[in-house]
Amino acid sequence: MALIDLANPTRFLNFAERVLPWLVAATLFAFAIGLEQALFVAPDDYQQGATVKIMFLHVPCAWLGMFCWGLMTVAALGTLVWRHPLADVAAKAAAPIGAAFTFLCLFTGSMWGRPMWGTYWQWDARLTSVLVLFIMYLGLIALWRSVEDPGRAGRAAAVLTLVGAVNLPIIKFSVDWWNTLHQPASVFRIGGPTIDKSILVPLFAMAIAFTLLFLTLHLAAMRNEILRRRVRSMQMLRVFADEDMRQIESRA
Amino acid sequence: MNLGPHAAFILAAYAAAIVVVAGLVAWVILDFRAQKRVLGDLEAHGVTRRSTALKEPA
Amino acid sequence: MTALWAILLRDMRIAVRIGGGALMGVLFFLAVVTLIPFAIGPDQALLRKIGPAILWLGALLASLLGLDRLFAADHEDGSLDLILMGAASLELTVAAKGLAHWITTGLPLVLAVPVLGLLLDLDPLAIGAVALTLLAGTPALTFIGMIGAALAVALRRGGLLLPVLVLPLTVPVLIFGVSAAETAVIGPLMFGTPFLILCALTLMSLVIGPFAAAATLRQGLD
Repeated sequence: MALIDLANPTRFLNFAERVLPWLVAATLFAFAIGLEQALFVAPDDYQQGATVKIMFLHVPCAWLGMFCWGLMTVAALGTLVWRHPLADVAAKAAAPIGAAFTFLCLFTGSMWGRPMWGTYWQWDARLTSVLVLFIMYLGLIALWRSVEDPGRAGRAAAVLTLVGAVNLPIIKFSVDWWNTLHQPASVFRIGGPTIDKSILVPLFAMAIAFTLLFLTLHLAAMRNEILRRRVRSMQMLRVFADEDMRQIESRA
Repeated sequence: MNLGPHAAFILAAYAAAIVVVAGLVAWVILDFRAQKRVLGDLEAHGVTRRSTALKEPA
Repeated sequence: MTALWAILLRDMRIAVRIGGGALMGVLFFLAVVTLIPFAIGPDQALLRKIGPAILWLGALLASLLGLDRLFAADHEDGSLDLILMGAASLELTVAAKGLAHWITTGLPLVLAVPVLGLLLDLDPLAIGAVALTLLAGTPALTFIGMIGAALAVALRRGGLLLPVLVLPLTVPVLIFGVSAAETAVIGPLMFGTPFLILCALTLMSLVIGPFAAAATLRQGLD
């Protein structure tokens, strides 16, 4: 079965049903390893102490927030350029998940910042760019929900996603520039001048675990979205069928 | 596991992660069940999709 | 070429005529610049220090306010459908509309800066710097904004959706605009860098805006 066969929604549903249990198992296993590494094996950072453990959540979430927008960008190209039937399903399913992880990135960043900087928020370049990204996610979700027809909503969302993708590096660059302009450089680095291997291994483990979690959630959400569209078209058929029956009966 | 003087923040971060992930999982599972239920109702009322209708003998 | 010229003149005439959309932007600009000292306090020194930022923020919000005028009126009376069916390139037509919008909404904001700058006790150099950076930056605001305007055109309950979509995209313009205006006052040597980046952002938006808006209008109004 080629990848293109997955474009058929029914085949995709079957595929999802077969693959999901394995993905769930892989995710749980990865988290078991990742959490063990992060919580018990990783040493305390010489600068940050135990709060470095927050990094094992914060960095994967930041990575996922950006990875998700990248995935939605590919889906957007699928919608607009290749007219792939499931592209907008993938995009719609991904948006809330990406927004949730971006929010978690901000929250864990704040939890890390309070002991380190003394405030819950600081207009640090990275956190500020993520905040702008979060607002963009929310705007995208609002756009999805404001158009009734899924096809039209998908195309509008695709344009916004692409514009966002072009803008995100520019925004990141501008915020970086703005931040260095207004603040002296005092960068907290994990593990000192270079990231030590003892921190890197748990970080990778958690990153892999979170990515598997994202893929699992995304696949399940895509399945739900396909079912939701089936419900919608069947309900419309029923309305027309009822209307037909009424017309037949009134003529009889 | 000694979490040091800032234990509260570390715990808050992990607690938030658990809540968010649990929320996402719950959303996915509950949405699936809801869609399945509505689909079941529709099919019970005899509404079929075009592709299944075509397969039925005329 | 005559078709684009016709669209340009038509949009400008409408903007000046109905509801004075052009002047509304300037009035809102004035209102915002007046409100901020109420919130901050009449401290002259502080206002002078953040004056360029206040002016840029006011101009940004005033630009945002006028954006739904870009496509909504045409959509309501059906002329947008005619435009879509027309022979002229949709991207160029949309760009012409954007140009008309900037001339009638953005340019007046730039012209209002000297007066509003006096309210904030800015010296002539600062006023000139803000005006120049706004001149370079307001086209970017219009052309980035038109993407949101196109996305929101078919939504009757659009409301605040348009600003929410557009504001994150205007962050770089705001950052470099204010920075250019401030460095012109602090030290002209650094002015070039942010100002040139600002100009680059505007040039990019002149291309990306019409293409994205045209794509949206085509997809959305099938």
